[in-house]
Amino acid sequence: MTAPLDLKAYLAQQENKSFLRFLTCGSVDDGKSTLIGRLLYDSKLLFEDHLSALEKDSKKFGTDGENIDFALLVDGLEAEREQGITIDVAYRFFATDKRKFIVADTPGHEQYTRNMATGASNSDLAVVLIDARKGVLTQSRRHSYICSLLGIRHIVLAVNKIDLVGFNQVIFDDIVKDYRAFAENLGFASLVPIPISARYGDNVISRSPRMPWYQGPALLDHLNTVDAESDLAARPFRMPVQWVNRPNLDFRGFSGTIASGAVRPGDAVVVAGSGRTSTVARIVTYDGDLDEASAGDAVTLCLADEIDVSRGDVLAPAAARPEVSDQFSAHMLWMAEDELLPGRQYLLKVGAKTVPAQVTELKHKVDVNTFEHLAAKTLHLNEVGYGNVSLTMPIAFDPYRDNRDTGGFILIDRFTNATVAAGMIDFGLRRATNVHWQALDVHKRARAGLNHQKPAVLWFTGLSGSGKSTIANLVEKALFAEGRHTYILDGDNVRHGLNRDLGFTDADRVENIRRVGETAKLFVDAGLIVLVSFISPFRSERRMARELLAPGEFIEIFVDTPIEECMRRDPKGLYEKAVAGEIANFTGISSPYELPETAEMVVKTQGRTPQDCATEIVRFLKKRDIVP
Amino acid sequence: MHSTRHSHLKRLEAESIHIIREVAAEFRNPVMLYSIGKDSGVMLHLALKAFHPSKPPFPLMHVDTTWKFRDMIKFRDETASRLGLELIVYTNQDGVKRGINPFDSGSSLHTQVMKTEALKQALDKYGFDAAFGGARRDEEKSRAKERVFSFRNAQHAWDPKSQRPELWRVYNTRVNKGESIRVFPLSNWTELDIWQYTMMEKLPIVPLYFAARRPVVMRDGAMIMVDDERMPLKQGETPEMKMVRFRTLGCYPLTGAVESSAVTLEEIVAEMFTARTSERQGRVIDHDENASMEKKKKEGYF
Repeated sequence: MTAPLDLKAYLAQQENKSFLRFLTCGSVDDGKSTLIGRLLYDSKLLFEDHLSALEKDSKKFGTDGENIDFALLVDGLEAEREQGITIDVAYRFFATDKRKFIVADTPGHEQYTRNMATGASNSDLAVVLIDARKGVLTQSRRHSYICSLLGIRHIVLAVNKIDLVGFNQVIFDDIVKDYRAFAENLGFASLVPIPISARYGDNVISRSPRMPWYQGPALLDHLNTVDAESDLAARPFRMPVQWVNRPNLDFRGFSGTIASGAVRPGDAVVVAGSGRTSTVARIVTYDGDLDEASAGDAVTLCLADEIDVSRGDVLAPAAARPEVSDQFSAHMLWMAEDELLPGRQYLLKVGAKTVPAQVTELKHKVDVNTFEHLAAKTLHLNEVGYGNVSLTMPIAFDPYRDNRDTGGFILIDRFTNATVAAGMIDFGLRRATNVHWQALDVHKRARAGLNHQKPAVLWFTGLSGSGKSTIANLVEKALFAEGRHTYILDGDNVRHGLNRDLGFTDADRVENIRRVGETAKLFVDAGLIVLVSFISPFRSERRMARELLAPGEFIEIFVDTPIEECMRRDPKGLYEKAVAGEIANFTGISSPYELPETAEMVVKTQGRTPQDCATEIVRFLKKRDIVP
Repeated sequence: MHSTRHSHLKRLEAESIHIIREVAAEFRNPVMLYSIGKDSGVMLHLALKAFHPSKPPFPLMHVDTTWKFRDMIKFRDETASRLGLELIVYTNQDGVKRGINPFDSGSSLHTQVMKTEALKQALDKYGFDAAFGGARRDEEKSRAKERVFSFRNAQHAWDPKSQRPELWRVYNTRVNKGESIRVFPLSNWTELDIWQYTMMEKLPIVPLYFAARRPVVMRDGAMIMVDDERMPLKQGETPEMKMVRFRTLGCYPLTGAVESSAVTLEEIVAEMFTARTSERQGRVIDHDENASMEKKKKEGYF
């Protein structure tokens, strides 16, 4: 057993090792998992029980005959072992005398690109594997592009399976040349090509005698010495406030992790969103107050003044503030099966802040093979695009290239709660900071008072042919007869004018509803009761329209008619055409209708006259005090 | 993105604190699963640090199978009262009534009923929408694949094939009613890190981690400690006093001891450097079947 003195020295050495997080990526079957298995095995980091399990597994699942299949060390999921592929990212830990490593082994299949991005987002270096027999493939390019997008600056180009091409230098050189040609625009600070055989260990831990022509370092030597450190500590101070610490009336602190820069007691700071300033009074930790805290530290700051600070605010130096805006342009990697719908409301989370957001304009998507910009109206799973994002309120942020913590965001679907996109902010849009709301003297309440009614939107939703327009028409007639001020926005009529440029794709339907929602809002502002008669098949868009208005102003009326009945009525002959395949994206036939879950009123039409339905609605409006 | 100005453990500590704070800030009703072991001890200590000078704004919960080592229960109650924290102890009473135990029911059924089912019952009973666990990615292959914020559906099941992407330290904490998230603040810690940190921070640990003369019997290649009179001895089995300690703690009939002379933290760490087997090797439940842990996790096990 080691003497205690040696142990102390050993532990001190452990503590002071430098640290590198990297990922392995590249196309499927290029040997990523095998390489990591080899690194763990050769650096003697495997326990005996792990080894014996590996030997057992190799016999059962192994793809390498009698030999140990190192990939089985990291492919930990049952489905992965059965299929011999990597589905999700695995994190493994190992250390050398100099460094500790966390390596993310990421999947090569295009289908699982989002898992590769997960691994890349926290890495400082990428080992891109290439099969020497196949050369640079689409996935090699895709992964390199995503690494670049996520801000990775250091690349190792590991040309693997070099044994299978007879350790041929010409093949190696050609692949390196190919790779450099496309990678030169990806902004990598270092690119180190190494010929390896992960299976046999050539140039992995030490230089291989089988490739005397190769003069560079073995992979592990390079990982041990590469300087992949960022200069985060030298950048301006940023701390997104995670949690307001208030144990009693005498203490109010702001807890968070410092994203960049450093802070000392006495430093002047500004709450980026509100512009209020104060100075740092104390840096509080469980282990006592600190004289200084810097990037990466999780601390609690007390300020000298009682100013309003809450979760999601960003503390920064007054002289080097982050941008504050409700619009910015960003790169986005789409990670959901459901396509991006510009205009749809998602939740955006950046740092500790979550706000409703929409992609207002998609400028282009990127062809990962040629890096060409292609026109796009939407993004599908694993596609990368660039566009404008608009928020319901301004937030503080930095460009992603300056700060991953304050410039990287995710988009969340409001219904499924799935993480649908990763975004990298490029820059804030000036327009947002310069267009201010015009304050008007005659306001909504005044106009409504003159009309003796509460302005509201009656939002009729339902299938085509359900009776929405007929009923809305009768309701308007009844209200008009009582002297109310009303207006009808009808789906078909609006599509002849305001929305003439829109078709019936999902993306266009979202924009259709957005415009109608905004128009209805203006009419409500004018004091009117607005009757909107739109199929509006998606919950998200109905919710978006609802959220444009004040509470109580939006009355969703679900005109509930079974599709069989709508098809029987078929007033415009549309179902017949849709069933015959002559109309694409027809709601109920080839495009979904999502049933309302929060409708204020459900009006069943079957076996009733439209007049009967209209009378029921007017009665409801009186009960709600919309009309006297 | 990572600065080397900080020591390794300080870096891990800050990362975990960030995760713990995020849960407190975003969830309606979180809970910290406290299993009394060394990892739970570190996790709890990190929670104290995260909210200082406030107390952690969530209770601790221990799912008690009634087969834990007696020393563990004592340590658990002392810890909660010393720190003044709320402690929920939950036992699957239905399992107790059915007489489920590790000897007659087998380790697999016992774990299923008294741990997995019990945990699900407890989470449902209190309506917790987030539960911290002290699992580490270096423990086991399927753990290495799991997110820090790991989504569970309303049936508490994990779907390893469609995990939410998890970028940077931006965690998606959104769940619908009935759904929950298991959160693993120690994801990136290794066993060595846990011991070094325990030493650095002088954290109290259950005495069972230190070597002492204890009564043990050999069963299926594992040294099982006879912790109380409920353990039925097989024909020819006589408990032997041996100098042993435990690398992990769980239900005493399912936890194998190792022979050791390590009576200080320093000696435990020193022993680790010469260890040739992983800590989970002493756990009977992991060897039950292939991909055992993944299967249990899909069913709701932590």
